[in-house]
Amino acid sequence: MSDVLKIKKPVEEGITEFLKFLLEKNKVKGIFTLRKAGKTDSFSYSLITDVEEIKNAAPLTPIMPANAGQLLSSFTLEDAIKEPIAVVIRPCELRAFVELTKRTQANMENIYLISSTCAGVFPLKSAQNGKFSQLLPKYWEAAKKSEVLASLRPTCTACEHFVPALADITISVVGNKNLTEECSLHLNTSKGEELAQGAPGNKTTEKLNDKELAQLKELRLKEREKLFASVNDKNLGLAGLVKTFAPCLSCHGCRQVCPICFCTLCDFDSKTHEDTASHYQSELNQKGGARVPSGTIFFHTGRMIHMAVSCVNCGMCSDVCPADIPVATLFSMVGESLQKLFDYLPGRDLEEPAPSETFIENEFAGLGE
Amino acid sequence: MDKDFKPNIVGFLCNWCSYAGADLAGSNKLEIKPFLSVVKVMCSSRVNSNLVLTSFLWGADGVLIAGCHPGDCHYEKGNYYARRRFALLKKIMESLNLEPQRLQLSWVSASEGKRYAEVVNKFAEDITKIGPSPFRKNQNL
Repeated sequence: MSDVLKIKKPVEEGITEFLKFLLEKNKVKGIFTLRKAGKTDSFSYSLITDVEEIKNAAPLTPIMPANAGQLLSSFTLEDAIKEPIAVVIRPCELRAFVELTKRTQANMENIYLISSTCAGVFPLKSAQNGKFSQLLPKYWEAAKKSEVLASLRPTCTACEHFVPALADITISVVGNKNLTEECSLHLNTSKGEELAQGAPGNKTTEKLNDKELAQLKELRLKEREKLFASVNDKNLGLAGLVKTFAPCLSCHGCRQVCPICFCTLCDFDSKTHEDTASHYQSELNQKGGARVPSGTIFFHTGRMIHMAVSCVNCGMCSDVCPADIPVATLFSMVGESLQKLFDYLPGRDLEEPAPSETFIENEFAGLGE
Repeated sequence: MDKDFKPNIVGFLCNWCSYAGADLAGSNKLEIKPFLSVVKVMCSSRVNSNLVLTSFLWGADGVLIAGCHPGDCHYEKGNYYARRRFALLKKIMESLNLEPQRLQLSWVSASEGKRYAEVVNKFAEDITKIGPSPFRKNQNL
């Protein structure tokens, strides 16, 4: 049970009004949220401090131009932000933010976390043909009914962690039948309560709609099985991996947009793995042929070793891949097996250390035969 | 099974236990199959997973990581980290169906010369049975 603030407006309008209230009453100095930019269908994350600008905010638009966890890290890396801001981000972005904070790559101080029960986002490409707004009625309809929309990002259709874990305020979206009439903000923490004090709307007490959430989870888990089977069939084993990554351009875009890949100098860009003439020579001597540029399999499996255990399944990597490689599906599949192994869920707890940074003395007793 | 197949195994041995164990096996003139190329590392936790991956990509048929028994690490807890790293890498190889049995972790102390010989011979035998690694001839890495 938590306190709920109900604003008698459609959910998007309601949250925008709430954000406006926060700025007007000086509860926060800035709002970090999606904003319409330029053309009708372009959206980007922005920090807004001007009350007038709030009308362009588009907090719940189902698109993810970048993982907000990564963006928040970019300006809290050196130091905590000095004045309070409120951020409206999706659960996977929040989890990425938590993971980065754990690794001292971000700072959560002075940040109010607003998230929602997430119905997923569309691939970036769907916002580039001028028809994005036509997708929205269906999206909200599916959200209301806790259904899975096939046109979403593949990882979104298969995501089971769509209820934010550490948010101060949770916006009820999934399975909320009154989406078009009212906006329900669940105040989970004292910070959330503090924000909502004096806000327009009625306060009540209720639980999140467990039944509808469970229904969506079940559907998503089924999708997950299907999605994993699609890479399992043909992509496994060395031959399968080679086939999957054959179209890879080595642009490393997947790493660039990955919120967990935070290293300033990636190991795979470092001198350590620079391919020299002698490297190619030895490969030619041994195999009679070599792929140029080499190191595709090395890069992807190596990146997997580094970050898959903390993969939050946001799907950015697949979305930006110019060669349409199902990077995100592979990484979530491997990530899931690793997370099970270490009983770890990235971003669920700020105090839980990342698996590679800790150990338990008597674990894996069978290893080392 | 190819009778002439001689596996190429890379062995990362920790300086304080397993390397000393290997030394002891040699001093005792124990028979050890000659397929292991030894890389001495200061601690089993020095074995960055990329070193293992590189070994496979460059044609190793098997990789052995050997260190002190849990609780006996010269640096107190290095082998605990090594064990986690190994578990992670092994799980990734399992998930991607990359023949995880080609990777092995063994605890060998400085006094276990006999065990060292057994571990290496057994692993060499296993790898010989599995055959050459598919990485060896793949031109598309």
